[in-house]
Amino acid sequence: MKRTLNYLLLLAILLAVAASFVGLGLDFSGLTGAKGLAQMGDYAAGFFPADFSAAHLANIGRASLETLAMSALGTLLAALLGLLLALPAAGRVGEGAAALVRLLLNALRSIPELVWAALMVLAAGLGPNAGTLALALHTAGVLGRLFAEALENTPAEPAEAIRLAGGGRIAAFVYGTLPGVWPQLIAYILYRWENNIRMASVLGFVGAGGLGQMLYVSLSLFQQAQAATVILAMLLLVLAVDALSGWARQRWVSH
Amino acid sequence: MSVRLTGVGLTHANGRRALQEVDLSVGRGERLAIIGPSGAGKTTLLRLLATSLQPSAGRVELLGAEPWQLAAGARRRLRARLGLIHQSPPLPPRQRVVTAVLAGRLGQWPLWKGLLSLLHPLDPAGARDALARLDLADKLFERCDQLSGGQLQRVGIARVLYQQAELILADEPVSAMDPVLASHTLGVLSREAESRGVTLLASLHAVELALAHFPRIVGVRDGRIAFDLPAHSVTPQALDALYANEQLGQPSPASPAPAPQLVTIPRC
Amino acid sequence: MLSASATSGLRDPAALPRLVLTVLALALLWPGLQLSELNLAMLLDGDNAATMGSFVGAFWPPEHGDEFLALLGRATLETLAIATAGMALAWLIAVPCALLATRVLSVSALARGGRPAWWAGALRWPVRLLLIVLRSIPEIVWALLFVRAVGLGPTAGVLAIAITYGGMLGKVYAEICESVDPRPARALLAAGSPRLAAFAYGVLPNAAAEMLSYTVYRWECAIRASVVMGFVGAGGLGQQIDLSMRMFAGGEVASMLLTFFALVLLADQLSRLLRNRLT
Repeated sequence: MKRTLNYLLLLAILLAVAASFVGLGLDFSGLTGAKGLAQMGDYAAGFFPADFSAAHLANIGRASLETLAMSALGTLLAALLGLLLALPAAGRVGEGAAALVRLLLNALRSIPELVWAALMVLAAGLGPNAGTLALALHTAGVLGRLFAEALENTPAEPAEAIRLAGGGRIAAFVYGTLPGVWPQLIAYILYRWENNIRMASVLGFVGAGGLGQMLYVSLSLFQQAQAATVILAMLLLVLAVDALSGWARQRWVSH
Repeated sequence: MSVRLTGVGLTHANGRRALQEVDLSVGRGERLAIIGPSGAGKTTLLRLLATSLQPSAGRVELLGAEPWQLAAGARRRLRARLGLIHQSPPLPPRQRVVTAVLAGRLGQWPLWKGLLSLLHPLDPAGARDALARLDLADKLFERCDQLSGGQLQRVGIARVLYQQAELILADEPVSAMDPVLASHTLGVLSREAESRGVTLLASLHAVELALAHFPRIVGVRDGRIAFDLPAHSVTPQALDALYANEQLGQPSPASPAPAPQLVTIPRC
Repeated sequence: MLSASATSGLRDPAALPRLVLTVLALALLWPGLQLSELNLAMLLDGDNAATMGSFVGAFWPPEHGDEFLALLGRATLETLAIATAGMALAWLIAVPCALLATRVLSVSALARGGRPAWWAGALRWPVRLLLIVLRSIPEIVWALLFVRAVGLGPTAGVLAIAITYGGMLGKVYAEICESVDPRPARALLAAGSPRLAAFAYGVLPNAAAEMLSYTVYRWECAIRASVVMGFVGAGGLGQQIDLSMRMFAGGEVASMLLTFFALVLLADQLSRLLRNRLT
């Protein structure tokens, strides 16, 4: 009985896949027909050689720093906001507040970064400010939830001991709970930074500055050679942040 | 009177009666040991005295005040004068010893001072003094997870000494130490209490240690006080009755080491 | 009794590193703030606040006219279709790449305790490199490239998902194959079995469940990615949200965001169901 159900499920999946292809009416002629291939070939050829002129590289340098700053500050802001929201979410201020804050955190992380960026461009204008705010809001939702889980799973004895010795709530949290969850929090923050550097690169597509905006503009103007350098810069940036984050993780998280 | 318990009873949330009809009076500067079989209620009694648990019946008076009749702020100030030494020291593994010891005065420091001390210890000399009395001065800047169980317990004691509490409540403070070190540490603790005129109540598993270091012994069994006598009046028969069905001098279980921190990295 | 040792042992060894770290952090913070142009006050600036206020105000009630709902339904189905078709193509890319890249089917490794000879690596490394490149460029960049190459619409989205997720699936499949017990496959290879058969009989039975689970999980991610790619013109719900935002149609955006939430929730449930049933 279970087997037939599984086979039926597989069949349903195959049908869904077939329906997708048919329903979309995908037009791969652009890729497969001789003319189409020639067009694609021309387009692809435009990327090589990439533009390495000094002026362009200078622009890329600035845009890379802008993207790096966006990702770093966005993540930092998100960590602060996330920790602030994690306290009520973990039930430290009562059940009602916990439910409300969890809803807020879910809303924040359900909206993809790009949508947030588009909204922030509306709210705060074009440029990296919108990107930073977008990353901060989305990541605050993600980190808030992760932090809340970490807080719930950490032993309560150290903080309780400080309260029994007359310490206030904040002191008890900072001396008793925080040192225990600190490595976990750092790990989450570094992990999200790795993710955010990838996102920061593309938020520029909706006008939020950085390398993304450069790529969007150069592709819109059909300047493939310039676009190629930007893509290379994106790759290098991602690799650099991954390496830095890996080193930081080694140094401060695992012991 | 440092401690006065009148008709105190405590029933846990699950219905188990941990303490019943406990009457106890301890004067200022007295030193007393609480002994009894496992599960008799020694830890519950100490936690009650530390205001960690609220009694279900009876009256609790600590240092002249009834903690559960006070407002939260006044209770906090009262707690700053109580020092509880835990059997399993509640010290975050990655915290340094100096910070852990200095945390003893968080109840007396303003918040800004406490927060600043976390980044840069404001009174390392004071912490070192407290640790020196327990022969741990050289571990001042070590991390707690680099210490053995017995060393951790001594750090817990140092914290309470640094706190300069007026009432010291010690819950199995030497359970993770070998007999020689345990006796030495109890001696240090007793002398400290005596020199500052501070009241000391300690629960101990090892009866010989209790008889050797404390002038007054309280026996607890099944949540009641079985006897409350000067040490020299405690007879082997009384001890047998107290520990009926238990062997005398059973080695106490070592305090559990703190669980290793598992850092999980989420995928996607 | 004061002596040199009385005060010398009190120097906090962590003081200098902490100070250096703090100074470094502050030194990086200033240019960081400049470059990112972080300015929370912009959100409260008069003009901006008014615009945003009226936009958000239009969220309620969410647009629910018949014509719009029909459009919404089509866009949602399109998004689902893009994700599914994209995953199907990604799977077609991933499987051969994984088979080529994984060390578990290496014949030269048999005699060397599991490590292939250097020349055997010569074929595997390019494939692994290809998978890394495919994965590292964000799918939305691929989407943008394809939109420029084949025009607006779902084709670009399907191709972008196929390429990036093909890379991701390929890498993870290869890793899963290497993480199961290698002895059945090795035994078969040593007995002269062709590689594909060794894979099918030796590796697949153990690895299939985990591979399937990861594939379904990635399909769920693909749905979210499809919506995001719509913003650069790759069709589906995302493209509609982009259009409505440009027109400041708050009600429409609200409806579409709600639909997006519902879609993600449903996909999550479906994914859980499939993973429980099939593994």
